[in-house]
Amino acid sequence: MTPNSIAIVGAAESNRMGKVPDMGQVQLHADAALNALEDCGLGKSAIDGLATAGHDAAEISHYLGLDPSWTDGTSVGGCSFITHIRHAAAAIEAGLCTTVLITHGESGRSGHRTHRPIFPSQFSLQFEVPYGATVPPTKFTLPALRFMKECDVTEEQLAMVAVVQREWAGMHPRATARDPITVDDVLGSRMVAYPFRKLLCCLVSDGGGALILTKAERAGDFPTKPVYVRGTGEAVESPAITWMEDFTTSRAFRASGKMAFEEAGITHDDVDHLMIYDAFAHVPLYGLQDLGFVERGEAGTFIAEGNTRPGGKLPMNTNGGGLSYMHSGMYGMYALQEGVRQMRGISPAQVEGAEISVVHGVGGMFSAAATVVLTNVT
Amino acid sequence: MPSPGFEPPFTIAVVELEEGPRLMANIVECEPAPEALTLDMALEVVFEERGGVTLPCFRPATP
Repeated sequence: MTPNSIAIVGAAESNRMGKVPDMGQVQLHADAALNALEDCGLGKSAIDGLATAGHDAAEISHYLGLDPSWTDGTSVGGCSFITHIRHAAAAIEAGLCTTVLITHGESGRSGHRTHRPIFPSQFSLQFEVPYGATVPPTKFTLPALRFMKECDVTEEQLAMVAVVQREWAGMHPRATARDPITVDDVLGSRMVAYPFRKLLCCLVSDGGGALILTKAERAGDFPTKPVYVRGTGEAVESPAITWMEDFTTSRAFRASGKMAFEEAGITHDDVDHLMIYDAFAHVPLYGLQDLGFVERGEAGTFIAEGNTRPGGKLPMNTNGGGLSYMHSGMYGMYALQEGVRQMRGISPAQVEGAEISVVHGVGGMFSAAATVVLTNVT
Repeated sequence: MPSPGFEPPFTIAVVELEEGPRLMANIVECEPAPEALTLDMALEVVFEERGGVTLPCFRPATP
């Protein structure tokens, strides 16, 4: 895409997040979508493009009463909404549509959702489920011990990922878990799948989020401060964690990050704010190394020394992340929402003067990745 | 982490064969404790009958 040719003009989360037992998944999509429309002052008739993941795009379109000339149901895991931005930019530039709505809704906690036809992977059913590896905590965490051994990460450093993000969450009124925690709290929490204890695993929440994108030249027509899409990247790797090429680095992370940085024409020093999807505490460590913010073997120390905490030189996961803010199941939308808030200058944990935000997401268990570079300057 | 048909704690591991391929498996005949399970430990295959299928699992190699 052409850098800064597309702008995010509408962004919103669902009215409630966390535990919303009285709303189903479609309602959470719609709740967030209506909030995003209100945010930018558009009516639904202005929407002619729709992208969503984890749910049938036709059903969302019908429920909202849309009539899109372009839909994208790309569903490669929790980073899908970041991927949608890249796809939407291409569609708008190609003239397939003018104004794209991206929606997410998930009843992750209350379970009012579809039967999850999200990852119809045959390989997992055949080669993982028979061994009792049925849910993310027993699969996503498998490469972590190898990473910790080869990249010199201690359990205390891993715990610091959760401790630092809780500091950020404490600044966000909408975060689910806001009370400060210590390394001892983390290491003393219930064991889930060694070495992952409860506080190293993401929350399980209900919620929704939505974005509205259009051509940057129209951005002045809206009441919101425009957030420009400066660069994008996407990649896929293996269908199952077992076949990840190297347990100490994600090929998809490296490819997607490089693509986005090159397209945006930025270096790491240009980045003021960073979001790295944290389904579990080890994922930001991979992200920092694979995106090139630190050298291999430095991520654990980098976080433990406070570089990503409030006041640090690289503020990261400033909403508290999936560990503390919320995690519906496909968290990427909430990482995007915080990136947009930071670029608008309205985050409760605002990084003063931030002009460039990088939002990077994981899909599945290191199966996919997507990256977007956002900015408020052109 | 509870999984249907499995009594925690149990061990899930990715095993690399001498020939190169990797596969997920359970480590059996070994205490499911971090100190008993170290990265790169030598293993040997053992076939277990489970629910009508035969699954390759692994146990610590006999010296």
